[in-house]
Amino acid sequence: MKKTYLFTQFIFLFILVMTVAFSPASTESTETVVTEHSVSTQNIDSQEKQASLAAFDEMMKVVMHKRCMNCHPSDDFPRQGEDSHLHYFGIERGKDGHGLPAAKCGTCHQTENNDYSGVPGAPHWHLAPRSMGWQGLSKAEVGAAILDKSKNGGRSLEDIIKHMTEDPLVLWVFDPGVNHEGTPREAPPISKEDYIKAVKKWAETGAHLPE
Amino acid sequence: MKISFKLNGKAQTVDVDGKTPLLWVIRDMLHLKGTKFGCGKAACGACTIHVNGDAVRSCSYATKFAEGKEITTIEGLSPSEDQLHPVQQAWIEEIVPQCGYCQPGFMMATAALLNKNPNPTDEDIDKSIINICRCATYYRMRKAIHRAAKLTQASLPATATDQTAEQIENTH
Ligand code: FES
Ligand code: FES
Repeated sequence: MKKTYLFTQFIFLFILVMTVAFSPASTESTETVVTEHSVSTQNIDSQEKQASLAAFDEMMKVVMHKRCMNCHPSDDFPRQGEDSHLHYFGIERGKDGHGLPAAKCGTCHQTENNDYSGVPGAPHWHLAPRSMGWQGLSKAEVGAAILDKSKNGGRSLEDIIKHMTEDPLVLWVFDPGVNHEGTPREAPPISKEDYIKAVKKWAETGAHLPE
Repeated sequence: MKISFKLNGKAQTVDVDGKTPLLWVIRDMLHLKGTKFGCGKAACGACTIHVNGDAVRSCSYATKFAEGKEITTIEGLSPSEDQLHPVQQAWIEEIVPQCGYCQPGFMMATAALLNKNPNPTDEDIDKSIINICRCATYYRMRKAIHRAAKLTQASLPATATDQTAEQIENTH
């Protein structure tokens, strides 16, 4: 009888302990730990996003500058000069962005700046494709176009970073030479080194775009 | 620096600062005066020559870039002294020049255009021949360019003419 009583007590206690152990309160406390963890992950994520957006702003000081924009028109006509007027002589993009027969970019532009004539030059001087026309777009829209493979020539993020930080035509903007009057062209407001650093940082931190 | 290229089919080597405009070399060192200086800013086209068959403004072309290239000036446009290039023939027939200063550049630009587009429309001409003529001979020039296109096609051997006709067909 006594044995049966003790066994019943044991079973009762066992059930009680198990009930407490797996009670909702206990589940809540496990969840609290998980939530704290995700808060800290979210903090890191948001810090990284902030860093990415700051780097984006920095690099866009170059990308949105007239030295880049003049050859990223949203129509078929390059712009030129500090006021981004239509390229003189009615120059057009042609089939491949290199102009028209007998009025190609290479008729006047060579692979480096010409200080005698004031004609700017860099390797493969040509107009960006129509899909990469940036005139009239916001910074965020330009950023989205840069990342969009259907617009950027099928480039991955890695290809984009290489193009933006190594292509001599892109980097020409930091050494834009003199104009026809011998006056130096305006360069973007940050240095080449800071721009390259910003592009890489933007990519490393997730290539975020402003909403 | 020493720079070697072919000028009107003949090998040439010049020793100049590589940044010297090719126009100076052609006119002042190699004494071919047909290529003219108008603006020196790649704006007027008076200095147009061919580099590997493409129209190039030689006032804005550093001589170092000519290394290993085929350069043609107005003096080398026709295949020989007693045979006119179709563009030259058309220019005579349409009596294009007035003072004549800009004309070599226009003729070189036209020859480059016809190489790429053997039958240009008025619109093609307006868009590609963007040189400047102070005497405003544009109207006669347009007629001469159409004439040169016809002469070029007539001068081609039959098979080449057929091919050109086919090309033209395909572009329309
Ligand atoms: S002299 Fe070269 S374009 Fe005017
Ligand atoms: S004919 Fe005189 S400038 Fe053209």
